[in-house]
Amino acid sequence: MIALTLCAGAAAALDVNGQIEDPVLEARYESITKQLRCLVCQNESIADSNVQLAADLRRQVREMLLAGQSDAAIFDFMTARYGEFVRFNTPVEAKTLWIWGSPFVLLLIGALIVFRVMRARSRMPLDDEPTPASPEGPAGPLSGSR
Amino acid sequence: MWKFLVPIAAFLGLVVLFVLGLNPNRDIRALPSPLIGKPAPAFNLTDVLDPSRSVSSTSLQGQVYVFNAWGTWCVACREEQEALLQIAQQRVVPIIGLDFMDDRTKAQRWLQQLGNPYTAVAFDPEERTAIEWGVYGAPETFLVDAKGRIVFKFISPLTLDVWQKEFLPRIEAARKGGA
Repeated sequence: MIALTLCAGAAAALDVNGQIEDPVLEARYESITKQLRCLVCQNESIADSNVQLAADLRRQVREMLLAGQSDAAIFDFMTARYGEFVRFNTPVEAKTLWIWGSPFVLLLIGALIVFRVMRARSRMPLDDEPTPASPEGPAGPLSGSR
Repeated sequence: MWKFLVPIAAFLGLVVLFVLGLNPNRDIRALPSPLIGKPAPAFNLTDVLDPSRSVSSTSLQGQVYVFNAWGTWCVACREEQEALLQIAQQRVVPIIGLDFMDDRTKAQRWLQQLGNPYTAVAFDPEERTAIEWGVYGAPETFLVDAKGRIVFKFISPLTLDVWQKEFLPRIEAARKGGA
């Protein structure tokens, strides 16, 4: 509700502090901030959002990078406070396995259905194939009943 | 026979999903806090009314308390203020405020004009404590038990109804369990 009004006027967010001097750190900074969701404007990354919270979180990322922390440590810091939702990229782990696995399970189910349908069809006689005519002609109703 | 049940079961499953997902009372922006059940993050800030006094988590040790994040820029906090004042009058637990992203003089004026429901208000102009607590908007209200753990978080303006239904039973339980 309030968050929405705070979202107004977001373009590429500018940092007061400018770039990090070390280009390797700067590249990591850009990559990490693009992978973190701004929770105020939930579809923007903290790299894109101009909201104060995003600026604060960018400052946090910058400080942790300059302190020599790993990317994993930064993501852990964020998820410990804001939950898995801050991450745009869902990590593959035991509890997220069903998210990553479900497309393949669905694909497998689809393949099974297609396979069964095709096998059933292949057993049926084809309509356009002429039925082999028996020498005595089609069996009459009287020929062999009872 | 089961071939007829499969689509019906799938349909009922969808109905359940829709009922849960489209519930108008559900705030789709509200996120579950990963901090529930975890120790409340430590803080040590100055009092918004008196910069020479400090408001810290250590001074609250062993107490059940409410931790309410707000700011003068937050319209919904103004809406919440009336309920907070009434809750404060019940004197059930200390209400600690966290004023963040804010200006000290504005906050002081706010408390003078609207009334002050807080036992103390910590002033967090750099939002460091707010980040530690996973605050992403305002108002957000936490309940901390006597062992210093966060037992509950409520996002959006508090009302007396919410206080009665969500907070009071948990405060009761926290007192029984944490004393």
